[in-house]
Order: sequence, then C-alpha cells, then structure tokens
Amino acid sequence: MKEILFHFFAALTIVPAFFVVMSRKPVNAAMNMLVSFVGLAGLFVLLETYFLAVLQVMVYAGAIVVLFLFIIMLLDADKSPAPNLIRFLASLAAFALLVCGGYFLVFGCGAGPYPEISAEAPASLSRTFGVELFTTYLLPFQLTGFMLLIAMVGVIVVSRKEQPEPTGDEQ
Amino acid sequence: MIIGLEHYFFVSVLLFAIGFFGVLLRKNTLVVFMCLELMLSASILALIAFSRYHTTPGHGLMEGNIFVLFIIAIAACEVAVGLSIIVALWRRNQTVELSEINELKH
Repeated sequence: MKEILFHFFAALTIVPAFFVVMSRKPVNAAMNMLVSFVGLAGLFVLLETYFLAVLQVMVYAGAIVVLFLFIIMLLDADKSPAPNLIRFLASLAAFALLVCGGYFLVFGCGAGPYPEISAEAPASLSRTFGVELFTTYLLPFQLTGFMLLIAMVGVIVVSRKEQPEPTGDEQ
Repeated sequence: MIIGLEHYFFVSVLLFAIGFFGVLLRKNTLVVFMCLELMLSASILALIAFSRYHTTPGHGLMEGNIFVLFIIAIAACEVAVGLSIIVALWRRNQTVELSEINELKH
C-alpha cells in the first residue's frame, strides 16, 4: 500500500513539475506548480512529517502560488513565444546530464548502503517542533521573525510607485 | 519493493533537474522564478528524507526538519521580494521577458 502511495505521490510531484516548465502560459505553470506542491506534501506525509506537510500546503500551495497568480493577473503576462530549437536542445542536454549524474549518484555502485527506518520519527509530533524551536533554535527563530519584517519593508520600498521629486515652488 | 531512502532521493534529484531545466529554458521571468521554487522544494524533500531515515532509537534527528521550517520561511520572504522586483521591472520596461531585458549587456 505504501509503495503504491509513494509512486502515486512521486508522479503527482514530478509530472506537473514538468508541465510547469513546458506550459507556455504563466497561469498554467502556476496551476501545475500548485499540484506539484500538493504531491510533495503527500510525500512528506509518507515520511511521517505531518507538521511540515501541513506547512507545505499552507505556505507553498496556499500563499506562494496565490501570490504568483496575483502578480500574473497584475502584469497581464501573455503567452510567451516558443523557445528556439538550439536553446531547447541545450537545456534538454543539461537536464539529461543532471538526471544521469543523479541516477549514478543515487543508485550507482559507489552509493549506499542506505539506512533503513529503525525508529519512530520524532517529527511526527508537532510538539517536538515547538520544543526544539523554543529551546535549541531560539535565536534563529527570532532572527527569522526579523527577516520577515525586513522582507516586508523591502517589498514596500521596492514596489511602491516612484513619486516625482517635490519641488519648492509648487502651489 | 520496499521504498528506501534512495527512492526519495531520486525524486528529489528529478525535481531539482526539472527546475534547472526550466531556469535554462524559459524566458519569462515569472516562470523562471517558479522553477527556482521547484528547486528549493527539491532540497526540502531531500532534507526531510535524510532526517527520517537516519533517525535511530537512541537519537531522534530533528535538525533536518527544523532546517526545512526555516527554509520555508526564507522561501516565503524570497518570493515576496522577488515578485516585487518583477513588478518594479514591469513598471520600468513593460515586459517580463528576459530576452528583452538587456540593459547591462550593451
């Protein structure tokens, strides 16, 4: 049963990710990315990391994809032209090289033996996340809060409309 | 067939390769940015899988999972800042196609 679920969710992650790259309209790409992130959350559930699965759906599939869709709507981005053949072939070659390299890295003769699951996952409880965050990782946690604030201020500064310089002799 | 660490690892490699493929292939800034997100989530999957499989009864590993928590927060920041830069770029040039943004080239 777990094997079937793994293959299902892996396909749900990989196939829409491929369509993200291949679709010409940005809206289709964003929708495919949404499905891909949901599949990834399914893989997290199979790894018994339920808290991060929920977080993945909420932050990635919820906030980030909606932000992308919002910007696509705002910019009115239309269909992009098809890439030329040379560029496509070069990118495909890089892709094939990366996949082959990854395959030998993972399944090749030098790899492994990989460890088996030998204990219950501590991350299956959300409680362990809270305990870890507020004891060992308290300083990075606080810094993350500051980083969110800085990002918010930065976004406002970067994306505001440029005002014309106020001159003294108006009115 | 038992699902082991290597299978999750290979899914992560595939996802990263697809994201890289998209960054090389696409010319639309928004889609390039989406592919960057795919690469980031591939690294998240690898971290969680390694953390899960290396947990032993005496030593429950949480480092990978906590790392993922921070990565998700950083990704949210990154998307917000990146999209605001894209909006500023659109205001300036009325385009988001990378082939038409070549001011630094000339």
